Amino acid sequence: MQDGDGVPRAGSIALAELAHVSSLARLGLTAPELAKLAAQLELIVAAVGKLSGADISSVEATAQVGGLRNVTRADEVEDGLTAEQALSNAPVQAAGFLRVPAIQ
Amino acid sequence: MSLLEEPIRELGRRLRDGEISALELTEEALTRIEQLDGKLGAFLRTTPESARAAAMAADQRLRQDPAGSPILCGIPVAYKDVLCTAGVETTAGSQILRGFVPPYSATVVDRLSALGVVPLGKLNCDEFAMGSSNENSAYQATVNPWDQERVAGGSSGGSAVAAAARLACVTLGSDTGGSVRLPASFSGVVGVKPTYGRVSRYGLIAFASSLDQVGPLAKTVEDAALVMTAIAGHDARDSTSVAAPVDGFLGDLRSGVRGLRLGIPREYLEVGLDAQVRAVFEESVRTLEALGATTQEITLPTTEYALSAYYVIAPAEVSSNLARMDGVRFGPGAPDATTLRQAYEEARHRGFGEEVRRRVTLGTYALSSGYYDAYYLQAQKVRTLVAQDFDRAFAEVDAIISPTAPTTAFRLGERTDDPLAMYATDILTLPANLAGISGISVPAGFAAGLPVGLQVLGPYLGEATCFRVAQSFEDAVGVWRHMPPLAVAAS
Amino acid sequence: MASSPWEVVIGLEVHAQLLTKSKMFCSCRAQYLGLPPNSNTCPVCLGLPGALPVINAEGVRLTLRTALALNCEIPEFTKFDRKNYFYPDLPKGYQISQYDLPLSRNGWLEFEVEGRKVRGGITRVHLEEDTGTLHHSGEIQSSTCSLVDLNRAGVPLMEIVGEPDLRTPAEARGYLVALRQLLTYIGVNDGNMEEGSLRCDANISLRPVGTEALGVKVEVKNMNSFRSVQRALEHELGRQREVLDEGGRLPQETRGWSELEQRTVSQRSKEEAQEYRYFPEPDLPPLLISRAHVDEIRADLPELPTARRARFQNQYGLPEEQALLLTGRPADSSYFEEVVARGVTPQLAANWQLGDLQGLCNGANLEVETCKISPVAFSDLLRMVQSQEATAKVAKEILGRAFASGEEPAQLIHQEGLGQVSDAKEITVMVERALEQNRQAAADYKAGQDRALDRLVGAVMAMSKGRANAAMVNQLLRERLPRAGG
Repeated sequence: MQDGDGVPRAGSIALAELAHVSSLARLGLTAPELAKLAAQLELIVAAVGKLSGADISSVEATAQVGGLRNVTRADEVEDGLTAEQALSNAPVQAAGFLRVPAIQ
Repeated sequence: MSLLEEPIRELGRRLRDGEISALELTEEALTRIEQLDGKLGAFLRTTPESARAAAMAADQRLRQDPAGSPILCGIPVAYKDVLCTAGVETTAGSQILRGFVPPYSATVVDRLSALGVVPLGKLNCDEFAMGSSNENSAYQATVNPWDQERVAGGSSGGSAVAAAARLACVTLGSDTGGSVRLPASFSGVVGVKPTYGRVSRYGLIAFASSLDQVGPLAKTVEDAALVMTAIAGHDARDSTSVAAPVDGFLGDLRSGVRGLRLGIPREYLEVGLDAQVRAVFEESVRTLEALGATTQEITLPTTEYALSAYYVIAPAEVSSNLARMDGVRFGPGAPDATTLRQAYEEARHRGFGEEVRRRVTLGTYALSSGYYDAYYLQAQKVRTLVAQDFDRAFAEVDAIISPTAPTTAFRLGERTDDPLAMYATDILTLPANLAGISGISVPAGFAAGLPVGLQVLGPYLGEATCFRVAQSFEDAVGVWRHMPPLAVAAS
Repeated sequence: MASSPWEVVIGLEVHAQLLTKSKMFCSCRAQYLGLPPNSNTCPVCLGLPGALPVINAEGVRLTLRTALALNCEIPEFTKFDRKNYFYPDLPKGYQISQYDLPLSRNGWLEFEVEGRKVRGGITRVHLEEDTGTLHHSGEIQSSTCSLVDLNRAGVPLMEIVGEPDLRTPAEARGYLVALRQLLTYIGVNDGNMEEGSLRCDANISLRPVGTEALGVKVEVKNMNSFRSVQRALEHELGRQREVLDEGGRLPQETRGWSELEQRTVSQRSKEEAQEYRYFPEPDLPPLLISRAHVDEIRADLPELPTARRARFQNQYGLPEEQALLLTGRPADSSYFEEVVARGVTPQLAANWQLGDLQGLCNGANLEVETCKISPVAFSDLLRMVQSQEATAKVAKEILGRAFASGEEPAQLIHQEGLGQVSDAKEITVMVERALEQNRQAAADYKAGQDRALDRLVGAVMAMSKGRANAAMVNQLLRERLPRAGG
């Protein structure tokens, strides 16, 4: 839910919306966890809602500080990890592959 | 007196003169950890065997070429568990990385190893560095060495406590919104938040990539400056690393503050400062003025929005940075899951603690379609304003001073159920991360027996000024020699 | 048949791996085919905690090269973004890609379909990283687990998004053929659709003829040849037309082409569609592309296929069909031009390269540049044909032998004395003998049967083992066999 300016209002996080977000983030939150989080997030989002008070007309967004540009490397090959090293932390593996439940 | 109470410069002299050996120093550190850390909980794990091996190698190097050995050769150090260490378990204080043994080391770890330091082990922290009290570690609480009923501060709590209790000569932490400076202030040590890009992030398990910096925690300003000199500098493996020369950290250290202009942000004194913290700060201002600095009130008008902007930007980045914690390539995973979604959700639900879930949710929400402009974009614009505030201020002053935190260390459990109160702990530190500027927290005194830190903020790449002010101040107040009251555990 | 009330609208999204040495954001090899699983990774492309990406400058250069060849605009400012979603072949849980400020936009590609020139718009060409690969024992549907190989993860991948300008499956195919040719021409991609270094997805929808608004679009994936693109789209448009003709509605969805069943199968509906939560990649500073850099890359572009074909027609006087065939691949063109540069007439060179040499190559599954006949050897041989030192028949035989053995064809001719016989005395002797031994044929010819002369020429050629100058043989025979009234 949003007000006329398209800025979400305080107290606006629906449980269903939160469940969707939890699903996107693969957090597997249970219903009681979602309920508790909803209450907390509402407070946080309300506090964050303060942002809409800042005067940002004619302000550029900052994604990074320092102003670096064009940081690249030459196209050269270096040795990486062995297959054994690559798999050394894997919880499940099979025949040199990482194994996961089938994609569907 | 323990050898570990000596500054690095003095230890270095004694190591070179052959008065002590690195192995002796290391054994003493390991013994202290064994005796004291049971209650403090600073270390998640120690690596005594590799420490002894490193110490013996350092001793050989010192014997062969005493004059040519680096100043840090043979010095016992320890790393926050968000720094990858090849062959040594690295968990970031999270269950989701339990058992993860990185096949590579962070650049800062490699640089220090090349100088012959002796790594003692890995230090506790809030899970993925998210927290201000160190109560969010999945493994253990780290308590304040000055009052064990109180928090160490976070997220680099283990790093601060290990430095404060002299379990290591110096430690490394990471600072995303104050995570080095805050625990340094709470535990009574020096903590450095370098300019964004000054120190390589390669091998630092990311919290918020555009805010994170690795910094040292040490008992003295010079110890911190020595380590900063060693770890700072361009790294081709971190594209956000700055190719600026690393100089002046040590050279200008004792140039004094006479003639320096120090700004005191009006807004920083209006955040509900504890009266005793305010008193210590006012005393600090008088000290600096007595040393010849001039002080003036300045204004950083966007301060009221900085916290909100931070709590959009940092969670947004973390929601993406932690997506790789999926239980496929590392971590316990969910080997019994039968569907892919179940595998992801089980691994991540089991693996993440409450604060991490909260921030990942918040960040995912802020980046979701429909909210991006209202939250993320708006926060990035506020970020621009915060940086412009500092730019204007540094046109008038050489450095900015304030308390590091509004209060001293609070009681364990006091803020765990109130995320907003916990977040507000960082109100004085996080603007520097949003702007990417340099900062340091230096012990200033005590309030009701608890350490209070003075924060010195310098401009972009202005570490030398921070160190210089902090050193002058440290020389004048001499608080660093105060040791926390630690009872050796009954054997 | 009444004209269909529906207009077909197709836009292609093509993914092309770039021919760099190393991956896009780390120093692992970009060539991953045939390696043991998970043996071509490092902390960066494995998505280990703490690892950071660094931009491969060559990946950027090759993308700009492509964008310029496709007549795109190159903005001065560009950046990478994170595209967030969970999938086992995506180690970091996000793909480094480009969202709102791609490396290039607003280009076009001209191609021909059934003799008609068509111009397809290019929305954008952007740069991203490839994913790992998933493997299954047996059919995907019945597998209980997927096996992940991350050797491919992080290989530079260019996405070329086409405008919905294509109106028939044949146009879609024509666009793709021309695009593949262009990419291989400028050396940015190997064009291998079967191995997946070039991949194509299509958006297809129908709308009532005469309207502008786009219909509900269906994305078709999993087409790994030109033929399957055309077939999948033909099938899909038939399916959509059927639903719409019956007054039904189409859901927005993603469908996969099943080569086995020759039909598209629903994979994902819009409700399940991903929400990618794009945001600027904080680990990579943006790129500023200077005009000087763009000019440099533009100046470095080779002649493009359309221009080269026109030049082959004009400069060498070749017919369109031969010009088209010789400019299909840069290697064919340069082979041809090298042969011509060594003094062979263009028409002879074209006939022999497209005829005999290509035939031999096809039989041996080789290309002209990989076969044992170098352009030098080929031109030496063709010059002997040109100067009549060797007959076409001998040259053809020798070419076949040299193709197999790698010997120098011209030398073979000399060694074995197979040079063409143009000595009038020698040929006269053989002609006399042929007339003696083939009296009937001589009589037939005199009686007006033209084809009888061929029998006599054949006899002389057989006597000379193919070396006799055929023109001289013809002439001498005609002199010996005067026809009444001739």
